[in-house]
Formats: sequence, C-alpha cells, structure tokens
Amino acid sequence: MQMPQPNANVLSRKAQIVARLRNVIPPDAVISDEMETRAYECDALTAYKCPPLAVVLPSSTEEVSAVLKVCHEMGVPVVPRGSGTSLAGGALPTADCVLLGVARMNDVLETDYDNRFIRVQTGRTNLSVTGAVEADGFFYAPDPSSQLACAIAGNIAMNSGGAHCLKYGVTTNNLMGVTLVQMDGTIMEIGGKHLDAGGYDLLGLICGSEGQLGVVTEATLRILPKPEGARPVLMGFDSNEVAGACVADIIKAGVLPVAIEFMDRPCIEATEAFAKAGYPMCEALLIVEVEGSPAEIDEQLALILEIARRHNPVELREAKDADEAGRIWLGRKSAFGAMGQINDYMCLDGTIPVSELPYVLRRIGEMSKEYGLDVANVFHAGDGNMHPLILFDANKEGDLELCEAFGADILRLCVEVGGCLTGEHGVGIEKRDLMVDQFAPADLEAQMAVKDVFDPAWLLNPAKVFPLAASESRRSVALAAE
Amino acid sequence: MRPETEAELAEMISAAAAPICVRGGGTRGVNLNGTLLETGGLSGITLYEPGSLTLVAQAGTPLAEIEAALAAEGQRLAFEPMDHRGLMGTDGEPTIGGVVAANVSGPRRVSVGACRDFMLGVRFVDGAGNIIKNGGRVMKNVTGYDLVKLMSGSWGTLGVLTEVSLKVLPKPETAACVLIDGLDDTEAVTAMAKALGSPFEVSGAAHLPVGPDETPVTMLRIEGFAGSVTYRAEKLAELFPDLAVRIERDADAVAESWNRVRDVAPFHGVAGDVWRVSVTPTDAAALAASIEADAVLYDWGGGLIWARVPEGTDVRARLGAFDGHATLVRGSGQPKFQPEPGPIAALSQGLRQKFDPKGILNAGLMG
Repeated sequence: MQMPQPNANVLSRKAQIVARLRNVIPPDAVISDEMETRAYECDALTAYKCPPLAVVLPSSTEEVSAVLKVCHEMGVPVVPRGSGTSLAGGALPTADCVLLGVARMNDVLETDYDNRFIRVQTGRTNLSVTGAVEADGFFYAPDPSSQLACAIAGNIAMNSGGAHCLKYGVTTNNLMGVTLVQMDGTIMEIGGKHLDAGGYDLLGLICGSEGQLGVVTEATLRILPKPEGARPVLMGFDSNEVAGACVADIIKAGVLPVAIEFMDRPCIEATEAFAKAGYPMCEALLIVEVEGSPAEIDEQLALILEIARRHNPVELREAKDADEAGRIWLGRKSAFGAMGQINDYMCLDGTIPVSELPYVLRRIGEMSKEYGLDVANVFHAGDGNMHPLILFDANKEGDLELCEAFGADILRLCVEVGGCLTGEHGVGIEKRDLMVDQFAPADLEAQMAVKDVFDPAWLLNPAKVFPLAASESRRSVALAAE
Repeated sequence: MRPETEAELAEMISAAAAPICVRGGGTRGVNLNGTLLETGGLSGITLYEPGSLTLVAQAGTPLAEIEAALAAEGQRLAFEPMDHRGLMGTDGEPTIGGVVAANVSGPRRVSVGACRDFMLGVRFVDGAGNIIKNGGRVMKNVTGYDLVKLMSGSWGTLGVLTEVSLKVLPKPETAACVLIDGLDDTEAVTAMAKALGSPFEVSGAAHLPVGPDETPVTMLRIEGFAGSVTYRAEKLAELFPDLAVRIERDADAVAESWNRVRDVAPFHGVAGDVWRVSVTPTDAAALAASIEADAVLYDWGGGLIWARVPEGTDVRARLGAFDGHATLVRGSGQPKFQPEPGPIAALSQGLRQKFDPKGILNAGLMG
C-alpha cells in the first residue's frame, strides 16, 4: 500500500509547528519526541507504520479548535484518531502530519432517560457508553467487536456496526447530534436532542466520512431500554448452501432475530481448538439470538427451530440457562483470537446480498486453493456482512502481498455480485485503491466534491478513502499553496 | 419534461439552463417556478428479494405498487411514510422517489428510524447532468461517503433521484394499542416517555389533545407475534396503575387509528397553515403552548408536534430558540425550512453549488 511522499516543507518546519501548538494547548498535550510519537505509528492494521510529525492530545472542543486553526494556517495535514483500533488504516499517520488523538476527552456530559439519549465526549469507549447507562436499564446498541477499546469518535468516523445491527442498525442510525470542528477551527452543532435534520442531512454525511470532513468532539447518542432477556440457539448444517437457505427462510418467516452469526468449517475447527466451546464439527454453523420476555423468546425460538428442522440440521442446541448461552457465544466471540493463535491473518469485511452467500463462499474456497492461502469465514449472515479471515505468515517473504492480492480479489467478487468493499470497517488505506472497482469516476467525483466543501485545502486525513490517483490533483493544490 | 430513461433525464438536465421544478406524484405541495420535470416515466420495481429484506425501484414507481408487492410477501416499509394528499388537498399518486426526496417518515420513526435509515442506495442525476450512484443494495455498507443520507430529504435540490434501494421489514402478525384517556399535554408526554423507556418495544406513541371522542387520548402501539403483543400490551398497561387505561386489541382498528395519526387526519379539510416541529420530547408541551396554535397533535412521544395555525402565522418567531426545527408543510409566507445558523448554511450552500452548479434544481426551496 503506497502513501504519498511527505511534504518536505512541513517536515522542515517541525520546530515552529510544535512551538505554535504548545502555545495554544498545554505543553504536555503536545508530543514531538520521536521515541514517544512512535506509540502512534499505526492502528490495528499493523502491517503499515509511520510515526507522525507530532501528536496532540487535546482535552476540550476549544483545544481541538485551536490545534486545527494552527494546522490550517500552517498547511499541516491532520490525522484524527479515536483509540486506534481501525482495521483499515483509518488512523495511519503520515510523516508530515499532526496526529490528533481524542483519548483525553472521555466524559459523559449528559444522560437523559426521558428523551433516551446520552451525550459524551468522543474519546469515550463504545462499551463504556453502555456502562454509563446499564444500571438504569438502558444500552447503546452498536457493538463492534472492538467495543472494549474503540472510541465513539472512531465509530462515527467509520459508521461502525456490530453483531446486533440486523435489529438495531449501525452508528448512523443511533446518532442524534455531534459537535464538529472544521479544519479551519470553526465549531458547529449538527443535530441535537431531536430527530432528523431541518435541512440537508449533514449528520448522515459526517457519519462514515472517515475523519475527512471534520473532527467530532462530542456526540449525542440514542440509548434504548434493555430487552427483558435474550437467548441464542446454535444450529449445525452439512453445507453452506443449506445454512444460507435457512437464514433466508428465517427472515422470510417474519422473525427478526437480533443477530444471525455464521461460521464455516475452517473457522469452527480453529475456534474449537482454541476455545473448546463444544461446537459440532460440521460445514456451517449458525448462532441465532432473539430477545424479549421468556415467553416471547419461546414463541420466536419455536418458529426458528421449526424452520431449522426443515433444513435437516446436524445439530440444534438451545441454551437452557445463561451458562449455556455463554458457551454458545464463546466460540464466536473468540474466533478472531483463535485465528491469531495459529497464524497472522487479514480480516476483510465486504458485504454481499444474502442470496449470493453460497456462491461467494464456494468461490472463496476455489480462490483459496489458487492462492495457496487458507481462509476461515465468520460473519453476520442476516445482513450479508462477510468476514473472511485470510491466513498468512508475516515472516515469509511475499506472503503479505499475496494475501493482499487474494483479499482484493475477494472484495472484487463482493462488488461483482452486487455487494460492496466494506460493510463496517471503512475504506482507510486498505481498500482505497479498490474504490474504482465499485465506483465510476463521476461517483467518486461527487464524494470528493463533499470534501471540497468541508475541507477545501484537503488537510484532514487526506490520503485515505479515495484512490491516490483520483485525489492527487486536490491534494497537490494544498501542497502548491505552501 | 417527462424522461423515460435515466440517460434521457441526464441529457435534459445537462441541456437545461432555466429552473426546473422536480415532481414525483405532485402530492406533497411543492410548486416552484420553472419547467416541470416529472419522474413518472422512470417506473417499476427492478429487484425485490424478500429473503434479503431488499427492494430496488425506479424513483417514479407509485408507492402503492411497492406497498402491494411487499404486502404479497408479508413485508412492508417500516418507516410508515405518510400520505400527504388529505392534508395538502392534492391528488395524484405518491412515488417512492418523492418519499425519499422528502425523507417522509411516520409514527414508527420513533422506534425503527426514518426513511433515511432504511435507504441502502441511490442513483441520481445531479444539476450538471452527471449520473451518480452511491450506496448499493446491501444492508451494511460504509464504502465511501454516505451520499444516500444526503440525498434523502434534499427535496430534489441536489439531484433528481432515478433509482432507490431500500431495506424492508417483515409485517408483524398483529398489533394492539394501549390507550390512556384524559391526560393533559404535559402528563401525556411524561406517560409516553415512560412507555418508550420500557422494554416493551412501543412502536408508536402519540397524543391527541382532542381525540375522536372530543377528549384527550394518548396512544401507545405494540406490534409483533400475537402472544407477544398480548403480553407486552398488558405489561405496558400495568405501568400506569393510576391512569384511565384501555387496550384496543382489534388489529384493523389499531391500523386505522394510526393511519389517522400518520396522515394528520384531524387537520384535513380545515383551513390554516400546518407546521411540523421536531423537538426534544420533554420540551414538547411548553413549546406547543408557545405556538398558541388552533390545534396540535403530538407524535414520536412528543418529539414531533403538528400545529395548525391561522394563515401567515410566524411560528418560528413564537417558538424562539429551541433544540429542533420547524417546517412549514402547508401554507406560504414563511420559508418552508428552518433557516440554518451561518456555518451550517455555508456548508449547505457549498453542497448546492457543487451538486447543482447552474442553480436550476428546485431552486430556492432549501435556501
């Protein structure tokens, strides 16, 4: 993955830039020592590393504004960072950037149960948002796998999803308002404690814009009353096709489970060796979870089990208590960790129409043989968001490149069958150059025109999302202005 | 102008130099100066996969055609778009493109989301005649910027929609309504907040200060499988031991009463301007009082106030500064949309210049 040449003019002015930043925020919030900036050299896409010019850790919206104003005046690119858990390189620095981390901004500002929202600073972690309201019977619905660590800022930037979005939606469906700081330092409130936009849906535009339109410092999030209970059921099938058909039948029957998770044989074997959850050895496994009162759960599960039985399952396992429910989820929740134990892996997240599931899994299997790299599939089946994990050996010459080429082919396949490159991880640098496979030039031009409006100098997270060639003329205008 | 294909539409817009008034079925009362551009020639469902909960249709497809196709598979548009004809005194056939362009959402918006939350993808022609696609037909998609949201609710000012792709949901087996009689507006908002904060999945919460019996009634809707609806309706009623609570269990009667809320039926055929005000629910009663309206109706647990006022009333002046926005739905004499603060207005203006450089698409409608 290529990154643009750092701007020599910016690099040469490091001392002045750092000095001006120390003038506008407390000196201890500016890190310029090369040993210390190294801690911010990458996010969770660890194959790519580059320490930034400097790191700033502001404590308030006003400090963010002051920092951005300085960088704007001095023509310095800014890369915003939540907790650095992006799998797509969304927070990967460049050598000529100021990395703006929101980690020190993690307060709860307001909770309002009557109006069902919480307002937080965006450095707060996803799970701790729910943590702030769960004692009162509420929760924040989007639940990305990294929820223990990932920040709301990053969730908004990437429009993060999670296992339960079939019912509750993703971040954009649960975001009511933000405080946004534009690259020139302008602070604005978009949305609020009410529903929907009075004019254009700028909130919807900002969510998922990968930190390229502004820095979100505060967010008003919709919270929901916790359901009375939830219960999963586990089903094993002897082919991916049958499991896929079962998913479609459940949905067509009018049941809306909160989650439908799918694991294929390589994934089952790896997680079983690692977590010993007692999963059946079969070709495809589904975990379906429903919510409600005990009686409601019984009513829904009866229907789901009846549908499953029509597909001749090799295993049907109901959770009778919390312990059994935990065991059903155990393997799924440790799937990524299990893969990490046996190999380096690359996790993709293309989405496909649910109806294409069997075909896509078969093609991935064939490509796996062609590339000579193993793949395990674990994904959110209800919404078609795949997570193929390609296993490779980072210490083996050329293996990473081979893995990336394989990954790109899988994503092109997702687009070919009517899907998309990324369902919840974002484009970042990882899928940047594949955008031309999904979008025509006019489609990309329309998106880049939005960035022109919000950040005319293209200083915010500039080398992400769009193919470098497509965004070059815009980025070089910023350079020429130096 | 009435294009039959997307390419033809692109040519028309590309060649146009004068203002264009974009129209789906013409039911939502947008009448602007300019050449009329009707989307009715771009019609038809292009893809419907019930097992994937996905429907794709050309923008000019009649809403009724879509609703019938969904009903045949036991599914529906969960965001419950209102039919504006009764309120606006219009006729014609509402189109799916019109629903999306105006982000039309009904009572269920409070629980499942707005039209924009169910939008998966769009194709449109911008003001320069470029054909642009964004999003797609899958439920999770973060590939590039979300222009789907931007186009939803942009009222044809940034581009003319040609195709929309939507997430649909199963139609529940049945519905019931918990009714509370005799509450004043403040008490009603409190009761609705309690209901929406319960785990019983209330899918609609409205208050009619003047109900069908000429007395106040607060409505709380429950939907789902029969056993579950019975259970939840009873549990919900138990939350209000000191109030006059009844349960309507006839699903047809429930549907009828919520259609009346959705379409603001109490204001049909009565003269006056009609405003739609989105607010923080617990501010609703006080804000509604400040409007000094001839009649109000609360939806979304109080988060949406429908107000009927004498023609020409400046409702925004009466509301003063508040968290939310007021839209003039029926009437003239005031800007249709809430004026935006400077920095946001500048962004909106910038987007219009990029997407409609000639300034010809529904010019002036959104600022």
